[in-house]
Order: sequence, then C-alpha cells, then structure tokens
Amino acid sequence: MEKNVCVCGHENPVGTKICVNCGRPLTEEAKSQKVLDMKYDGSAIRSKTYNKSIVDKVWNFFSSVKVGVALIIITLVVSSIGTILKQEAFVAAGNEAGRAAFYEDSYGSFGKLYYTLGFSDLYNQIWYLVLVAMLGISIIVASIDRGIPLHKSLKNQRVRRHESFMKRQRVIAEGYVPSSDSSKVLDVVEEKMKKLNYKVRRDGEALLAEKGRFSRYGPYINHVGLIIFLIGVLMHKFPGVYVDESMWIREGETRAIPGMEGYFLENKQFIFETHDNDPTTAQIQQGVNAVAKNYQTDIVLYKQAEDALPGQTDNLEVVKEYSIRVNHPLEHNGYALYQMDFRLNELKEMSFQLTNKETGEALGEVAVDLRNPKKEYVIDENTKVELMEFYPDFSGFNNEGEPQTLSPNPNNPAFIFNMITPEHPDGEISFVAIQQTVEPAGDNTYKMAFSGIDTINMSGLTIRMDKTIPILFVGGFIFLLGLAIGSYWNHRRIWIQQFENGQIRLAAHTNKNWFSIKKDLDAITEHAHLPQYIDQLDDEKDKDKDEENDQEDQKN
Amino acid sequence: MSLIDLSGNLLEVAFIAYLIATLLIGGSIKSNKPDGAEKRANKWGNLAILVTIIGFLSHIGYFITRWIHSGHAPVSNMFEFTTAFGMFLVGSFILIFFMYRVTALGLVALPIALLIIAWAGMFPQDVTPLVPSLQSHWLTIHVITAALGQSILAISAVAGLIYLLKDVDTKKKGKQRFWLEAILYFLVLILGNIVTSAVFNAVGYEAQYSYVDKNGMSQEIIYNVPAIFGMNESATLTEGAMDPMIEVPAFIHALKLTTVVWAIIVGTILYILIRLIARRRIADMLKPLVKKVNLQLFDEIGYRSVLIGFPVFSLGALVFAMIWAQEAWGRFWGWDPKEVWALITWLFYAAFLHLRLSKGWEGNKSAWLALIGFAIIIFNLVVVNLVIAGLHSYA
Repeated sequence: MEKNVCVCGHENPVGTKICVNCGRPLTEEAKSQKVLDMKYDGSAIRSKTYNKSIVDKVWNFFSSVKVGVALIIITLVVSSIGTILKQEAFVAAGNEAGRAAFYEDSYGSFGKLYYTLGFSDLYNQIWYLVLVAMLGISIIVASIDRGIPLHKSLKNQRVRRHESFMKRQRVIAEGYVPSSDSSKVLDVVEEKMKKLNYKVRRDGEALLAEKGRFSRYGPYINHVGLIIFLIGVLMHKFPGVYVDESMWIREGETRAIPGMEGYFLENKQFIFETHDNDPTTAQIQQGVNAVAKNYQTDIVLYKQAEDALPGQTDNLEVVKEYSIRVNHPLEHNGYALYQMDFRLNELKEMSFQLTNKETGEALGEVAVDLRNPKKEYVIDENTKVELMEFYPDFSGFNNEGEPQTLSPNPNNPAFIFNMITPEHPDGEISFVAIQQTVEPAGDNTYKMAFSGIDTINMSGLTIRMDKTIPILFVGGFIFLLGLAIGSYWNHRRIWIQQFENGQIRLAAHTNKNWFSIKKDLDAITEHAHLPQYIDQLDDEKDKDKDEENDQEDQKN
Repeated sequence: MSLIDLSGNLLEVAFIAYLIATLLIGGSIKSNKPDGAEKRANKWGNLAILVTIIGFLSHIGYFITRWIHSGHAPVSNMFEFTTAFGMFLVGSFILIFFMYRVTALGLVALPIALLIIAWAGMFPQDVTPLVPSLQSHWLTIHVITAALGQSILAISAVAGLIYLLKDVDTKKKGKQRFWLEAILYFLVLILGNIVTSAVFNAVGYEAQYSYVDKNGMSQEIIYNVPAIFGMNESATLTEGAMDPMIEVPAFIHALKLTTVVWAIIVGTILYILIRLIARRRIADMLKPLVKKVNLQLFDEIGYRSVLIGFPVFSLGALVFAMIWAQEAWGRFWGWDPKEVWALITWLFYAAFLHLRLSKGWEGNKSAWLALIGFAIIIFNLVVVNLVIAGLHSYA
C-alpha cells in the first residue's frame, strides 16, 4: 500500500491529514488552516481517500455524513406525513374496501389521495422500510469508516508535536515563566494536571496531559446500540418470534387462548368502574358524564394436561388466578395478556311468554340463549315453540322480503317462531324482532310476548409474545450508554513543550466544551505561572459585531 | 386554606417572581454606564437569579402540593403538563446559569417560561381523575423525564435567539431579518391568545351551540370567545349570543379554528401597536439588551444544552415511553402521532448534532437549527396534543 511519508520520517496511510507521529499538517488544505481541523484527529478516512471502484462509490455514499443527515431529514419529513390523517391501524373498518371508503367519507378527495398513495399505512410501506434500512447501513458504514482510523490515531499518540501542529491549535500560549520556576515548571504542571484527573505523559521536555479519551468512543457505542435495536425490530418479521392475537371472552366462558398453544382462559367476571368525582370543567365542555377508573377481567389461566389431545378441555390444570387490568397484564411464560376492550351488557338470553292475545293467558315461558339457540322449546305435550329461523343482528328485509342479518353477534336479535298449541297443532308462524312483530299468515291466536332479557359482559384481550424484547433492551441500553459517554464527557488534551532557552509553548484541544478546558487552563496557568493563553477563534466575530454596535451608539 | 388553593397561590407567586426577575435582568443589562457599572450589573444580575430561584422553589411547591392533593404526578392534562414544562424550563435555565454564569440567558428564558405558564392557565385547572391507561408509575417517570429533556433542549433555542438578536444585521433587508422578526411576531401571537382568553373570561362570555359531528351525531359545545366560525350545522342555544359568522364542515373543529383566528387578530393588533409606538422592529428594540453578549459563548451554551438535553430526551420520550407502551398496550411502538412526533424531534436533534460535528454548522446556522428544534417541541405541545387525535391526545 502507498504511504504518505512525513518530514519526520513517519509513514502515514494515504489520506492522512495530520502526521500521526509529529502532528505536522500533511495536506495543502491543512497547511493553509490557521486552526487545524481536528476532526477524527486528521486520520485517513477511507471514504475520503478512495473513489475508484463501485465498492468505493457505494461505501462513500453511505459513509457520507451529508447523505446520513439527508436520510435523517427525509425520514423525519416522511414520518410527519403519516400523522396528518389517522393511520389505518386506528381505523375500525375491517376490510380494504371499508378502509378506502372511510378515508374518502371522512376526509373527502384528500383522504382518497392519501389512501391511494399508501400514506394511510405509511410506516408499513416497503419504501419506508427501505429508508430506515438505508439509515441503518449509513450508520454502520460511517461508523466503521471514521471509527477505526480515529481509534488507531488516538492509540498511537505521541507526546512531542511539531511546532506547525502546536501553533495551529485553537488555544495556544507562548512565552516564558519566571526564571525561578523555570527548571521545574513541567513537574509542577504534571502534578497539577494529575490533580485535575488528567493522564500525563512526558517525553523529555514535552508533556501531554489528556482526559476523557473514552468519550471519543461514545458516538460509536451509541451507533452499535442503534444497530442492535434495529436488528431486534427487523426480527419481528421472523416466524415464531412475535405473537399478536386477540380474543373476546364472555363472563363465565372458558376458551382456548389463540397463539398460546395448550392454554385456556376462564373469564370469571369483567369489572368496569368509574370515578365518582364531581364533573370537571373539561368533562362539562366535552359532555362526558363519568371518567373511567378501572377495566378489569378476573380470570383463571388453565393449562392442558401433558397427555391431553388438542382441544380437550376436561382435566385442565389451574396455572394461576389473576385480575388483568390496564397497565397490569397477565404474564406467563413469556406471554402477556392485556386488557384492551370490553362490551358491557351484551344480550345473552331473551325470554318470551307464549300468550293468548285475547285472554292474556300465558301457556309458559321460553328462554332463548342467543349464542346457542335451540331448535325447539317444549312447554308440555301439546305445546311447544319451534325456532324456525334466527337472525342475531337483524338489519331489515331484502327485496324478496327475507330478513337479513349483519353479523353473527346478537346485537339486534330477530326470530321466526312456530307456536304449536292445543288450538293450532300445526303451529302459527310469527316473526318477532325488538318492537316489531309480523304475522305472515294473518291473524294469530297466540303471540310470543317479550318478557325479559339477560345480559352479560364481554372482555377483549390481546395476547402478545415478543422474543426480541431482550435484544431491544440491550440495544437501547448500549445506545443510551454511548450517548451519555459522548455527551457528558469530553476529550481534553493539553500539549506543553519547554525549550532550552526556557521558552514555553502550550496548545490545547477539546472535542467539545471549550468553556471547561479553559477553566482547567486557567487553573494551571495560575498555578505554574504559565504565559497567558489565547483562543485563536475567540471573539473575532464578536469584535466585528461590537465595533458595529459602537458605531451605532456613536451615531445615536 | 386547602392544599389545592395553596398550590394555586404558589404558582401565582412563581409567576410574579419570574416577572420581577425578568425586569431585574433587564436592569442588570441596561445599567452599563462606565462608573462602576460592572459591579452594579452584577448586583442586579445576582438579585435576578435569587428571585428566579425563589420563584422556582415556589413553582416546585405548587407541583408537590398539587401532587399530594390529587394523588398523582400533576402532568396528566394540558394545564398540568404545560405548567410543569414551564417549571422545567426555568430549572434548566438555572442549571445552565450556574454552569456559565450568564444572566442574559434569562432575558429570553424567563419571558418564554412566563408565556408558557400563562398559556397553560387558559386550560381547565381542576384536578382530573386518571383514566385506567394513565394509572401507572410510568406516567410520573416518562412524562417528567420527557418534559425535562425538552426543556433543556429549549435552552439551546433561548441561547440561539440571543445569538441571532446580536448576530443578524437588522439594518439590511434579508431572509434572516425577516425570520427573526417572524419568531418574535409569533411570540406576540401567543400573547394575543392569552389576552383574548383572559379578557373574555373576565367578562364571563359563554355561548352554547348545538351541532352535528362527523359521525352524524348531535352534540353541544360551549364557546368562551365570540364564535367567528361555527361548528357543522350549528344552532345557537344561548339566548342573545351571536350566531357564528362562518360555518365550517364537520372535519374542521370550528372552536379551535376560532381560538386560533382570535389569537392572530388580537396578536397582530398588539404587534402593530408595538411597532407604531416604538417605530422599530421588535428585534431592533431587543438588540441593545444583547449587544454585550459573547457570541462564541452563547454558541457553546446552545450546543451544550443540546448535548445535555438530547440523552435525557431520548431516555424519557423514547426509552421510557417504549417500556410503558409495552406494559400498557403490549407493543413498545405503535406509530401513534405523539410517538411519531417524539421520533421526529429526536431525529431532528440527531441531525443537528451531525451537522455540527461533521459539517461545522456552528454559530449562526446552529442557532437557527436550535430555533427550528424548539418550534418542533412547541408543535408537539400544541398541535399534537390539541389538534391531531391519538392515544396521547389531551383534547
């Protein structure tokens, strides 16, 4: 491999901006700078050095911070588009046609366009995933591209630096110390710097005090965390890693838990409570009578016996009893059951009296279980009621005059009964719905008089299992750790050289937080009577501005 | 005096203290005549900080007493959250002050905190009972950490605004001059919003209307400002109340639109009055106050507050949020609008840091970015909470 040989004789990799050994600027650009660009300590960055093959070009594309920032901004803008209208996940409509209709009906032609462009399910679009994946690749490539050379350069730091390096640092000092201190000035500095928690290295009359070097690794650590996190997110797509099911369960019911093989759940009762507070201003404004306090399902979790057949529910073993509440899911074996929804007072049973319309005499009562209606209900030998048809969710008659049902849920039950009585052994037919009776044959002697309903509560639960959680946790932790290291610590370096004539030259650099390194410098300057430092970037702009202001003042 | 009354009084004390402190800081900067001016300025400045700290302690007193009274951390509705955000903003200012010892920061930080607290006062202040999803210790942990992170990030915008007030040349026509003034105009609009609400509250304006919502259901609504816009198929219920001037379709919330338009009208009138009386741009009026600030230092303060705030924000608004979402809903991320906007805020500050580190966007550019970041934070507070409906909606 080609080498870039410095005047001092050190062989630097091609692309190096500042000699690793002595600190001399190597490129024309660096030589022309008044204050050296200390990014990555001037080490050779692959992407800035090679640009020939396809691999180089792809590598350079993804390693570019400009590209990385562009990807961040694009992701940011695109993500915000997804919040203009409700996402499909929050729309109740069950099928595609229903969703399409929802967007058009609710938001007009804009809604239709939004839906057509796929923005209504934006975060699941393939191009969104591609965008995030590109961001991930950018993070990996850029980190390798910069991180490795930086690490090498930080590891191989020499104490003694060339004048051209020292003078091109942002904070510098040159001058003499009082002659009485001259001989032991470096010792005094070393002692003081150690007290300030610097690591001090000496090489003859040169000194390097360094602090917080590890903070330079913060960004790379947090990028590793982010990548682990993204890998965890990607793993959701693999089978068996992620379970997301839901179930409705009535009070008193025992059902197999979807997605959780071999487990059954019994709903003992569902509890809905409200706060008994006086209505608040917000409640009055919004017309809300009561604020919910608790949604709770008291359950028993069962497990099938080892030797049970699939679906066999007779010898179930109790695993645990629990009250599932919002924020307090039932957790077992990596699975968790969450309280998500409920339906109160769902119709369970409807009762009717078989009544003589004229005399009002009742022959007996029939109770129809709306989930499990029977074919016929026998009252006595000569009297029974046949349930000829059942429409759980009656929605009206179609063109042929046939009753229709919307769903299998008993929201608005309707029945066609055949009433067999001693007077009418062949039966009388009656269509009965809530507040509606049709007698197709004309005038019946008997009717099914509504006598009562029984209701039941239903609980909607979500079943989740996510094996990626530990990975996400580790990724998140490493990310935060790296972020803290990179943000709350900084890498400070102070180089000092003393020449034979007693002259002192000092240079200081920090990757961030110049305010604090100057405080350190103030401390050693005072302690060791060093020449006063200057900040070569300081206040140039301020001076300009201040002059402007003064001129203004004079005018005024 | 009951605990909740005490809590309200403590908040008022805090508000007044911040107001006084703002004036004191103004005084500390104004009094720079040559004869011993520096000493006097220091004295005023120290007094200002003392008053700020007293206000802050009183503000914490409000927070704690309200917490004890309601039994949950007072961050569960718009009033509580916004007030707490104002408190953390002042707290962050105090923190940064003790790191850098620059009182000038308070010149912008305190008025913004005052605006935020006054704006919070427009929302119903009674204690609301918690719905089941909020009954978790994560409410305390997540919301407080997120608000703290946002408030530290906001300090970078405070430093940025001061930087730009000094740096931008208001003598020359240009984009920067325009946008700087636009920011100050926006602050006056918020004042307009507060003034409108306070005036109509003081006269006890109330008008009730019935309307038909987007699901075709009949609803009723109370306006506390005269109805410029009426809800869909609005009918006036209160006798003698004005009929809405313009009726809007059901997918637009006419009351919210009315509130915004009132803020713009009153705010613009205020702004024009200020301009007429001062015969200068607001930026020009503020310039003398910041002419002694050290630009380099304010640039560093802006950067440092992003460095301090970004990890706190990541922890509170993303990591804790995900843990809670996993516990409450069984999924750590659900693309709810508030979640998305937390991600957007986070991405923005990530871009800020990368631009600064690698592209050398310092000084002027960095200051503008800090202001855009604050705009996103305010968007989160106002628009995402009140306009975009979602799981986190306070509206």
